[in-house]
Amino acid sequence: MSTFVSDFKTRATEKAGDLRHRSVIRTALRSYEIVRDKRKAAFQSWESARQAAAETKWEAINHLDKHLVALTSKLEARGTKVHWASTGAQAREIIAQILRDKKARSIIKSKAMTSEEIHLNHALEKEGFTVVESDLGEFIVQLRHEPPYHIVFPSMHLTRGEIKDLFQKELGDAPSDSPEELTMVARRVMRQKYLTADVGFTGGNFAIAETGMISITENEGNARLTAALPKTMVTLMGIEKVLPRFSDLALFLPMLATAGAGQPMTCYNTMYSGPRQPGECDGPEEWHVILLDNRRTELLADAEQRDSLHCIRCGACLNVCPIFRNVGGHTYGTTYSGPVGAVITPHLRGLQDWKHLSNASSLCGACTEACPVKIDLHHHLLQNRRNASASEPAFFERLAYQIFGLVANEPVFWSLAKKLGWLTQPLQRAVKGSALDPAKAWTKTRDLPPQPRESFKDWWRNRK
Amino acid sequence: MTVTLFIPCFMDALYPRAGISMVEILERLGHTVVCPEEIACCGQPPFNSGYWAEARTIATPVLEKLADAEAVVIGSGSCGAMVKKFYPELFKDTPHAELAKQVAARTWEFSDFLVSKLGVTDLGAKFPHKVTFHDGCHGLRELGIHKQPRALLTKVQGLELIELTEVSCCGFGGTFSAKFPMISTAMGEVKCAAAAETGAEYIVSSDSSCLMHIQGLLSRQGKPTKTISLAEVLNHR
Repeated sequence: MSTFVSDFKTRATEKAGDLRHRSVIRTALRSYEIVRDKRKAAFQSWESARQAAAETKWEAINHLDKHLVALTSKLEARGTKVHWASTGAQAREIIAQILRDKKARSIIKSKAMTSEEIHLNHALEKEGFTVVESDLGEFIVQLRHEPPYHIVFPSMHLTRGEIKDLFQKELGDAPSDSPEELTMVARRVMRQKYLTADVGFTGGNFAIAETGMISITENEGNARLTAALPKTMVTLMGIEKVLPRFSDLALFLPMLATAGAGQPMTCYNTMYSGPRQPGECDGPEEWHVILLDNRRTELLADAEQRDSLHCIRCGACLNVCPIFRNVGGHTYGTTYSGPVGAVITPHLRGLQDWKHLSNASSLCGACTEACPVKIDLHHHLLQNRRNASASEPAFFERLAYQIFGLVANEPVFWSLAKKLGWLTQPLQRAVKGSALDPAKAWTKTRDLPPQPRESFKDWWRNRK
Repeated sequence: MTVTLFIPCFMDALYPRAGISMVEILERLGHTVVCPEEIACCGQPPFNSGYWAEARTIATPVLEKLADAEAVVIGSGSCGAMVKKFYPELFKDTPHAELAKQVAARTWEFSDFLVSKLGVTDLGAKFPHKVTFHDGCHGLRELGIHKQPRALLTKVQGLELIELTEVSCCGFGGTFSAKFPMISTAMGEVKCAAAAETGAEYIVSSDSSCLMHIQGLLSRQGKPTKTISLAEVLNHR
């Protein structure tokens, strides 16, 4: 067993039994569910909106080459420097080189999951740069030296009491556990950081091929400050974030807000089209956009699962996933957790090492139902399982299914198996849940149903 | 009509009462019920675990036995989804591809068959209890079955249906329940707590496998809520 899977199982077992965690996440998501449903109802037809979004994304992804070229030429025409990174390492090096060239020391960041994906903070800090996260949730988990717990709500696993204690310990200031007062503490710290930062770093929610713009969505105004104050702006985004037309935002902005946070629109939506132009009085002097592949083109080559590149990182699938809700975001050990993480991580980081995430699902399909861009998430989990078993079958598991096949296909064997099951019930009850119990994975927490002497088929035969 | 009844493996071995109820209901409605004894399992366990070749070994004879059936009725949303939705996928690009599509088109989950195909909702049943209904995920999301069991339950005399406030998986998930027992248990606990909130005496479901999981937890924790299959409720007089 790889360490990835044993670590996952250990953490999952621990968190699944953690009733406090279960209750914190349930409470947080309950209020999300109420507002999300309210906002969904405000769409004339949420289902038609999903269909339209899926079709737009299909068009974007299936003509990605064309859209990326258009995006790049438009961006470059207004003086933006566009860089292409095939791997995380390349992206890190491009960013580090920009910082070295600018003789930068401190970087302020707005929220970007791609930067988590390439482990940017760690790499920059190792080179001696100071990195500050400016999204409040990200700021909190950064103080805790933790990765974000959730794609959209990085610190949803923490109560305000815990955040108060954290601020007291790390910032020496936490007048109360009121969200407003805690926000003011963070704000005071951060305002100074914006003024002294040499480089502002952002992600991107959408890139518009038609106009050469990058659209950034946020609730706190921190991304605007990050982009506006430092002299140099650096933006990192996955190549799949491109949309064909400016007018597509009319659908995608409210959809992202609704699915992601139950908002009609996110508070701030800004479209960036270039660095400061001659005659303009504000904005960065230089803007670097790094377009990241990092094995996304491998997903693009997979006709069956290509639609997972539709993902707009809204987190809706995490919020409805009973696995995520019980094991929590950190258990996955991946940048992208929940159903979409279980689907794409095997493609981004290796199928055999990460197939366990696709197995850790009851295939309930709540994710697919929730996905605003209609990614066939839970069926992709099945395909990952099939691909993993086909390339490296587990000897005993396959043998078990072969034996099961023999028994199921031969009525005499099937009858015998049922008789054997009935006869050994007293024995099963005696060893229930112990190390001797072959069914202990089940019986440790659950009773087995009593098996009646007469099966359905016995009844059917006797009746005839 | 001649109805070919497909009794899933765990229903055959563990919940014969559910299968017997289906036979009795269909016969009372005037249909001829046949039940091919050679069919034990639909092949879902290896299919869901990724062992599609092994799944085909089990599913091929099933498909051949069902080839001439007028209507196939399955007493489970999960096994129903396997035949109806996943057989065409499993047999894609094989000599059985066409047959898989034909059988899928003639296959029905039990409550869907009664309501959508036969147009029957009132079966003359009496069940004077407070119940809640658990939608098995495969029936709900693969087959889109939601209204059918409710249409049937509301016609049962004396029965009071109280809906769960949240739709969630019971945590069974086949081999998932043994591969990740603690996640599965946590999901089941959430389900049981939601059912307890309704104050229902019984949790009713079209899927005996979900009920096996829910009942397994309820029994172990000494909870008073009971479980019963939809077919048994509909056959209760």
